[in-house]
Amino acid sequence: MTDRMIVSATINGEPLEFLADQRDSLLEALRERIGLTGTKEGCNDGNCGACSVLMDGRLVNSCLVMAAEVEGADVTTVEGLATEDGLIPLQQAFLEEAALQCGICTPGFLVAAKALLDANPNPTEYEARYWLAGNLCRCTGYDKIIRAVLKAAEA
Amino acid sequence: MVATEKPDSYQVVGTRPIRHDGTDKVTGRAGYGADYQAAGMLFGRVLRSPHAHARIKSIDTSKAEALEGVRGVITNADFPQPDDSQVEIGEGATTSARWMLDNVLAGEKVLYTGHAVAAVAAIDPHVAEDALDLIEVEYEVLEPVMDVREAMDENAPVLHEFLRTEQIASAFGGGEMVGAKPTNVAKFLEFKAGDADAGFEEADVVVEREFTTTMAHQGYIEPHNGSAFYNKDGHVTIWSSTQGAFGVRDMTAGLLQVPVSQVTCEPVEIGGGFGGKIGIYLEPLAALLSKQTGKPVKFTMTRQAVLEATGPTSGTYMRVKVGAKNDGTLTAAHVYLVFEAGAYPGSPMGAGAMCALAPYQVPNAHVEGYDVVLNKPKVAAYRAPGAPASEYAVESVMDEVAQQLELDPMDFRLKNAAVEGSRRPDGAVYGVIGNEEVMEVVKSSEHYRSELQGENRGRGVAMGFWFNVGMESSAYASVNADGTVSLSLGSADIGGTRASIAMQLAETLGIAAEDVKPQVVDTDSVGYTMVTGGSRTTFAGGWAAYESAMDIRRQLEERAAAIWDVDREQVSYGDGGVTGPADDDGNERSMTFKELAGQLAGSGGMIQGRADVNSMEAGPAFAGHIVDVEVDPETGKVDILRYTAVQDAGTAIHPSYVEGQIQGGVAQGVGMALTEEYFYDDDGRMLNSSLLDYRMPTALDLPMIETHIVEVPNPGHPYGVRGVGEVPIVPPAPAIANAIADAIGLRMRDLPMSPRAMLEELLPDED
Amino acid sequence: MQALKVVRPTTVAEAIEQLNEGGDGARPLAGGTDVIVIARARVRNIDVLVDVKQIPELTAIEWNPDSGLTIGAATPCYELYGNADVVQHYPAIIDSATLIGGTGIQGRASFGGNLCNSSPSGDTIPTQIVLEGVANIAGPNGERSVPVEDFCTGPGRNVLGQGEFLVSISFPAPDANGGARFLRFIPRNEMDIAVCNAASAVKLDGDTVRWARVSIGAVAPTPLLVQGAADALVGKPLTDETIEAAAAASRDAATPIDDMRGSIKQRKHLSAVLTRRTLEQAARRARGEDIPSVGGH
Repeated sequence: MTDRMIVSATINGEPLEFLADQRDSLLEALRERIGLTGTKEGCNDGNCGACSVLMDGRLVNSCLVMAAEVEGADVTTVEGLATEDGLIPLQQAFLEEAALQCGICTPGFLVAAKALLDANPNPTEYEARYWLAGNLCRCTGYDKIIRAVLKAAEA
Repeated sequence: MVATEKPDSYQVVGTRPIRHDGTDKVTGRAGYGADYQAAGMLFGRVLRSPHAHARIKSIDTSKAEALEGVRGVITNADFPQPDDSQVEIGEGATTSARWMLDNVLAGEKVLYTGHAVAAVAAIDPHVAEDALDLIEVEYEVLEPVMDVREAMDENAPVLHEFLRTEQIASAFGGGEMVGAKPTNVAKFLEFKAGDADAGFEEADVVVEREFTTTMAHQGYIEPHNGSAFYNKDGHVTIWSSTQGAFGVRDMTAGLLQVPVSQVTCEPVEIGGGFGGKIGIYLEPLAALLSKQTGKPVKFTMTRQAVLEATGPTSGTYMRVKVGAKNDGTLTAAHVYLVFEAGAYPGSPMGAGAMCALAPYQVPNAHVEGYDVVLNKPKVAAYRAPGAPASEYAVESVMDEVAQQLELDPMDFRLKNAAVEGSRRPDGAVYGVIGNEEVMEVVKSSEHYRSELQGENRGRGVAMGFWFNVGMESSAYASVNADGTVSLSLGSADIGGTRASIAMQLAETLGIAAEDVKPQVVDTDSVGYTMVTGGSRTTFAGGWAAYESAMDIRRQLEERAAAIWDVDREQVSYGDGGVTGPADDDGNERSMTFKELAGQLAGSGGMIQGRADVNSMEAGPAFAGHIVDVEVDPETGKVDILRYTAVQDAGTAIHPSYVEGQIQGGVAQGVGMALTEEYFYDDDGRMLNSSLLDYRMPTALDLPMIETHIVEVPNPGHPYGVRGVGEVPIVPPAPAIANAIADAIGLRMRDLPMSPRAMLEELLPDED
Repeated sequence: MQALKVVRPTTVAEAIEQLNEGGDGARPLAGGTDVIVIARARVRNIDVLVDVKQIPELTAIEWNPDSGLTIGAATPCYELYGNADVVQHYPAIIDSATLIGGTGIQGRASFGGNLCNSSPSGDTIPTQIVLEGVANIAGPNGERSVPVEDFCTGPGRNVLGQGEFLVSISFPAPDANGGARFLRFIPRNEMDIAVCNAASAVKLDGDTVRWARVSIGAVAPTPLLVQGAADALVGKPLTDETIEAAAAASRDAATPIDDMRGSIKQRKHLSAVLTRRTLEQAARRARGEDIPSVGGH
């Protein structure tokens, strides 16, 4: 059985109305209903961080948010990070520091790191690791990711 | 191939350009398999077995088919039934088509919890999931076999009535049937060098220990996916995150029993593989359901299914015995390995056996290995398959021998180091290798020489070896009028190989890395290319790029000769352009690559280079790691304070991604060492099939990982590349075990060395 | 996920009505970090999710130096560690709030949700117990309050009846000479379910323990208030011996199970270790020492 609803939200700065199922998570709505596939599913239970988005400025796992809950909310995904001027310093630092290999965790890391730098513009290495511990990366051993985040903080 | 000394004059190789696919991957634009979307697309879901071992008595799909929104339901019986022929599954391994199909959808029996039983396609993902609840499967539950030693017992329940033990001579290649009775022991491997018994007689010190490891998963963050569209003309297009698009094409065509030309695999990005995304799970289901429904069908796997039903690496039982003289000279070794294959034969026992003693000259060695089926998922390749386990056991014993002899662990290793010309116990003779060089760098490193202070802290070292493989890769390069080159490749880019391959083309042509546009293309648009695996992609892909650049250079020389109207032999390519004989005014003729590219259209047309390389040789890789740990004796927890990894890369094409491979391998090795394991209950159900309880290291579990790249160029490659991806996962577990022993005097011989396991050793027995 | 509806009441009365109507299949949705996972796994029937976060008192934080602190049941952890009063007066709450899940989880997960999920290993519950938390419940028959230590009745079970839900949790004002600390043991450094956790709170008169509470989790069907630990301390000086006696009381009180997260032996041992460590650090906090929640272990 499908049970559809219309949700109105602001997604990456643009007001958007979309059709979703009552059962949809925000992650499913973003990927399968809206077509914003930059946000990734890694575990679907809040343990990998690949689906990280900002909801009203706050870092959340979009797999653990019901689509119905974003009615009226402001959501930022990886697709909404770059500006008219180009990549943000975090994105640039990830490229320069080779902070991604396969790239599947990268959207979640960028969004989570953005939230970190918004909350704490000059994190220590420990603070960056602590904040990002909910984002799993299996390729890099985190070394270059942490370096990129700390470099972006300096920018 | 031409042997190369590493010149100082590389322009591109050894630099760190931004990867060509980078922007797509930091903006969310890159398309991974699960991102596939199409109008009218159906969503697929898989029903999985709740039992570890059961006979399927019946499957009734009628209620599921009747559910509103369901468009198709399939079981094993809907596939054309295969014969018992063998099919290639990548990296030289083969399996029977029957086993492959039965692993995709169970046939007569389910052989592990999570084994796929039926598949559904519906208009909505939630509806597809609802339909699974409506499929009725009647099982006759059988006793599961969950321990590899029990599975070898002749009274153990047998998984496959037709299975007989096969004796094999090496990890690569077949053997002969030696068993007469039904058994779970699929394969037996044995090789001997010298006389092990006599070698132990000569020894002043002999250490023999037992080890176990549990299954460990590759843990790629992207679950498996597979989408397909079966066109009305019978042509199937597949979108799947895979390490090898050609392999997926061949295997899917095999199961559908259609010619390979009827299947095209689209090049989608892949979110990590580490060996686990070489086989097929969902692609044939999507294809068959698309055929039935006429619609595109997309399957994505749950994390639970990834852990329960895709290939981890084998759990093992091992015994290692090493003998040495008082001066530290090794005299003999005996290695006994039993590897879990999972539900169908094919563990990496052979590679584990061949790697076990690889860093050393062991005059007398006896190595035995067993490949044993049991009611766990069919294992898949996982980064240096087999080596982390067997080398963990050997490196732990080597450390103990050095300790008993009161020798510095690196001095002991250096004394016995395998060098060019050394013969491995399996018979292979090394060419130019960097083993000793790596050991020397470890020994002289600031980390190794530094003093480690503090209570409950210790330092450990370990070596690692992996063969690396070559095999077939293709490249197609076309020169553009603006002086750039479009490069088509067949290798999935999992970690920056577009860049590392493009750089070798750029180096060969003398142009900038940024002037190459590498693209991964579909299986109809480039020549056959083997999997991204075996640490082979930068090696073989780069070689193909080099050959295609040489092809372009030859054509450019011809074209310049024509433009200048001089003899072909008078023109040569070098330093990023062509030079020719002096003109009538005595001025030397020359054109840069860019200048000549701009003249191609008007002088006969554009130029393309192509190449297909197929090398059965590759450059072996050695690694040496140093780790400092602190143990909390009250909780059994091990914290990693400092980590240094030294590795011979041959030539580091893009050092940042070489470092990244090393650091990633270390992280996986640390997980294997300390926290990752498969928990099964007595009924064979996996208890920790989530990323909450399958504990992969987080950013907070690791320090920065220092890397030292050693470059002993591989004479068998135009740029000296060896391959770097796999070997760094090998040393972490033994290095950490040795560090724990140094810290608190406790030798841990079972992986993972979890706090629970540590406390078992540290606490007195319950009263 | 089974077929379900999400409703979003804006008043307590509306929520009670929707929960009552929905019966057993209706569940409050706070941060969703447990209930969405449960609904997705189809392990129990959930066909209505009542999103309580539109109700103002469910996400309010009220601090009063005399009466203490009341936090809305659905207040996410990040609101707690972003609140200067909570940070200053209830560092043990911050211990728990900063340890739960990753940062993304903390953007949603709440103390109320953690309590209502009633897992034996819930990482906020020992803290709530030692801080003398009181669960304020609303339901069809009016409001009632239950001490947190009496709230959980078994794994995943609690005192909430038909149509009832948790509105807020209240904590008395802290003592000038009091301190509390929460710690947990996990195999990794973040993200795991506790193998064992513990909270301790003490009020000191000089070197003498005037009042104490110790609670341990993941070692019994519900988080435990260990009376024996308090008895070993109250009226006595805080010494290695009295702390060891309290730790032994925790070890004795623990009746853990063997599962893939920990063994009986390991958990009994850890109940003592964590009791000792939390007591030592609670006492240091009571004496005015600043012990950071994270990175301070």
